[in-house]
Amino acid sequence: MRNGSTRRQRAVVYLGLGVGLALVAGPFLWTALSSVKPEQEIRRDPPTFWPQTWTLDNFAELFDRVDIGTAFANSTFIALVLVATNLLFCSMVGYAFAKLRFRGRNVAFALVLVQLAIPAIVLMMPQFVLIAKLGLVNTFIGIILPTVVTPLGVFMMRQFISDLPDELIDAARVDGAREFRIFFRIILPLCGPPLATLGLITFLGAWNNFLWPAVVAQSEDMYTLPVALNILNGHEATHYNLLVAGSVVVIAPILILFVFLQRFFIQGIATTGLK
Amino acid sequence: MAVRTKQAPAAPPPIRIRGALRQSGIGWLFITPFVVLFAVFYLGPLLVGIGMSFTDMRSTDVSDPLAVDPVGVENYLRLMNDAAMRRAAVNTVVFVLTTLPLAVGLGLAAAVLLNSGIARLPAAFFRLGYYLPNITSIIGIAVAWKFLLEPEAGLVNRLLELVGVQGPNWLQNESTALPSIIVMTAWRSFGFNMIVLLAALQSIPRELYEAAEVDGAGRWARFRSVTVPSLRPVLLFCTVYSSVGFMQFMEEPLVMTRGGPLNSTLSASLAIFGQFGVGNYGYAGAASTVLFTVIVALAVLQLRLGRRR
Repeated sequence: MRNGSTRRQRAVVYLGLGVGLALVAGPFLWTALSSVKPEQEIRRDPPTFWPQTWTLDNFAELFDRVDIGTAFANSTFIALVLVATNLLFCSMVGYAFAKLRFRGRNVAFALVLVQLAIPAIVLMMPQFVLIAKLGLVNTFIGIILPTVVTPLGVFMMRQFISDLPDELIDAARVDGAREFRIFFRIILPLCGPPLATLGLITFLGAWNNFLWPAVVAQSEDMYTLPVALNILNGHEATHYNLLVAGSVVVIAPILILFVFLQRFFIQGIATTGLK
Repeated sequence: MAVRTKQAPAAPPPIRIRGALRQSGIGWLFITPFVVLFAVFYLGPLLVGIGMSFTDMRSTDVSDPLAVDPVGVENYLRLMNDAAMRRAAVNTVVFVLTTLPLAVGLGLAAAVLLNSGIARLPAAFFRLGYYLPNITSIIGIAVAWKFLLEPEAGLVNRLLELVGVQGPNWLQNESTALPSIIVMTAWRSFGFNMIVLLAALQSIPRELYEAAEVDGAGRWARFRSVTVPSLRPVLLFCTVYSSVGFMQFMEEPLVMTRGGPLNSTLSASLAIFGQFGVGNYGYAGAASTVLFTVIVALAVLQLRLGRRR
């Protein structure tokens, strides 16, 4: 009796989860499958779900219209540089907030939270004026500079390093090790898991970032993928064969990366949210 | 005192003071990258932006600051009489008030289902699937949904056709455009709340449920008297975090509707972006100062209300 009812309950749970997954995955699948159909088939009524004819024509046309290769390289380059700077700076700053005692530490840490709360749109204009004054409009440095160290990363690294035992550091201090040596030789090697999470979060954030690159990048050779896709969307608003292909080019690399590395990410999100 | 002796075991007083000074210097040295960036790219621009809002600055004045004149609160007065800005404010409030309960509610529902004792592997699979829309480019997603909602070739209307319903032109219709964007945003963002709430659910001690069961509490009673109170801080986090994000929505209407039809999907951020685009820096600065104030006030209010209960 009891066994029967739990089995039925489990079936209901799986049914609910399955329907939910179909609704979540549906738009992705439909977009991906549409991108490999010929343009006439995309518009055929009644619709085909599975492509009758497989073709890469949409991608060929897309690469012809827009310099996707350059945009892809720009997005990758910017994301990788930001990963490197964030790994180094966020862990340095996080270490200081976690383990070093210095005057003004609490005030400085409050600033990290303040920065987290300032909306992007509010900063966009004055940041752009500043970048213009520095002559950095339409440059990689202009796109990269404002996020070389991010408050979320500092926060994450501080949480993790706080939990490392003080004895480790005290022992090294007694041995006369300098602070930078302690940081690079003792702390950093222990930070593997949070650094992996931070690296992935930074990469995703940089890859997906739209607003700031859209403002700073002004010529096609500086566009990142989201910027290029938005421009395409403006020019070819009804050429859905091009738009779905563009959408796949922007989304697919991230999905693949994420599916392989997700365990680092989900743990990081869960703990940052809880603390 | 005990703590200080632990810090520097055998050092006499003068050296300890010098040591503390030295450590202060090293601490600041370590946080320099953050402090400099914060001052130059965040605090400075925030203050400059607020300052700009009291001037008639335009994009052409960037190279010639002397051409900028103070205009007092004129930009703010203009804001109040601007029909498009008022529409943007209303749209933003409607968007937050509808998307927030959807995104948090769906996230909670998914987390509860995943935590209801199903096997580990399928649970991990569903969790990954639900989270995917959250990590993908909003521009890519918005383009994909534009195609999904396309009146003739789009999947949604094709499916409706199968059951004999003629679907509307979702994104070109004043009454369906904003709701379409709301559903898409809830679809995209519930996975984040699910992850955070699931972690919180898993950390609720099993004994609490066992004690409630001994007291004769049913499934629903246990949910209300054990689960919900234990989740309160995390639900508060999800609410504050999501509403701060939703208050700034912009890319979705930018890609899908350009704010139309007839401003029915114009958001506060998109309106500011538009003013920035046409070079009205002072006016855009006033609008973003108001948006910033509202976002901060809302977050503080939510935290106050959430802590009191």
